[in-house]
Amino acid sequence: MSYLELRNISKVYGEGATEVHALQHIDLNVEAGSLVAVMGSSGSGKSTLLTIAGSLEDPTGGEVSIGGRSLASLSRNGKAQLRRHSIGYVFQDYNLLAGLSAVENVSLPLELDGLAARKAQAVAMESLEEFGLKDRASHYPDQLSGGERQRVAIARAVVGGRQLLLADEPSGALDSTNAESVMRLILAACHRGLAAVVVTHDAQLASWADRVIFLRDGRIVDQTLPMENADTFLEDVRHR
Amino acid sequence: MSIRHALLALLSEGPKYGLQLRQEFEARTGEVWPLNVGQVYTTLQRLERDGLVESDDSAEEGPQKGFHITQEGADELSQWLRTPPDFSSPPRDELVIKVLVALGLPGVDVHEVVQVHRRYLVELMQQWTRLKEDESRLDLNFALVVDAELFRLDSLIRWLDTADGRLKRAAAGEGAPAPTSFPLPKARRKVGAPE
Repeated sequence: MSYLELRNISKVYGEGATEVHALQHIDLNVEAGSLVAVMGSSGSGKSTLLTIAGSLEDPTGGEVSIGGRSLASLSRNGKAQLRRHSIGYVFQDYNLLAGLSAVENVSLPLELDGLAARKAQAVAMESLEEFGLKDRASHYPDQLSGGERQRVAIARAVVGGRQLLLADEPSGALDSTNAESVMRLILAACHRGLAAVVVTHDAQLASWADRVIFLRDGRIVDQTLPMENADTFLEDVRHR
Repeated sequence: MSIRHALLALLSEGPKYGLQLRQEFEARTGEVWPLNVGQVYTTLQRLERDGLVESDDSAEEGPQKGFHITQEGADELSQWLRTPPDFSSPPRDELVIKVLVALGLPGVDVHEVVQVHRRYLVELMQQWTRLKEDESRLDLNFALVVDAELFRLDSLIRWLDTADGRLKRAAAGEGAPAPTSFPLPKARRKVGAPE
């Protein structure tokens, strides 16, 4: 079953002559355990798609379901609770809180969700350890490299068993080595069962995904076909 | 690709047999460029003719015949490594030509043509990226080959994206108008050292 479902989503900004159709007739299903990339140029609507998928913004038309629950059926508080419990966000500029250490940044969503500070920090520490950041736990964001900051941001996004990860150009500010390690972490989270959507204009980033959706002027215009087995592909390359 | 110089490089490490050269060449290029054993012996004969390698005279022709590099061969290898390939003029890139041709044809949506190629290239990149996923099977040489292929495909996609944007702006009346005939790249000008 799809963890995230977007059905006939549209989003219109403005009215009359200034009306802008940011998204039109968007249908998208993302299964648990799969990574979907949405590619498109600036202004294609990909960031709007992500904010609507993450319940940060309401669509003008259509329906979003997360974990089988329609967002339209949830109150404002219900959506906020769903976001805290189930959805992690990763942004290009990390969005870490400068006054909190790495471990405090990661434990914050757990504490906001009612977990005791000591317990939340223990869970956050485990998460940082898993991401190879144990020795950076007490460092503040300005003491971390760009790659480390983004790894902390991903740890924060997936901590506490969240099931949906939404990332907007997650490696846009990083060099190719760090970008690759960011995508490996996101993919590893998917292999543990998370559903993930990454929006990007970068084909190298998108190519880590199981499926790539192409967005143009607010519409899905195309998507990649399922991949052949990796060994079969390699054999084909070697015998071409 | 210069098999000639790749063999010189392998021989610069020490004397080797023909079959050994073939196996080492394939291993070091991630087995992405298979080499026919016939090609190896033909190339070795030419290298020997040109004084760049010498064979072990006491051995008979065949897989057990050994070769070693000469000083002239080492000098040739050193010069080749430092000579940039000829990138000075645009190749007749089939992808570029297809988009340019589409631009001049009535009834053809060039954005749709661009998207067909973009999707195909992204699908290829997904396959190459999949090979990087399992780091245990990614030795250094193979990783370098995979990276090179990903950057090559990525550069084509970036060009398609840029072309798409440029055509969109041109259609909206911004920037340069679309030409009525398409310019093809001129014949290559020979630059750089011959192989």
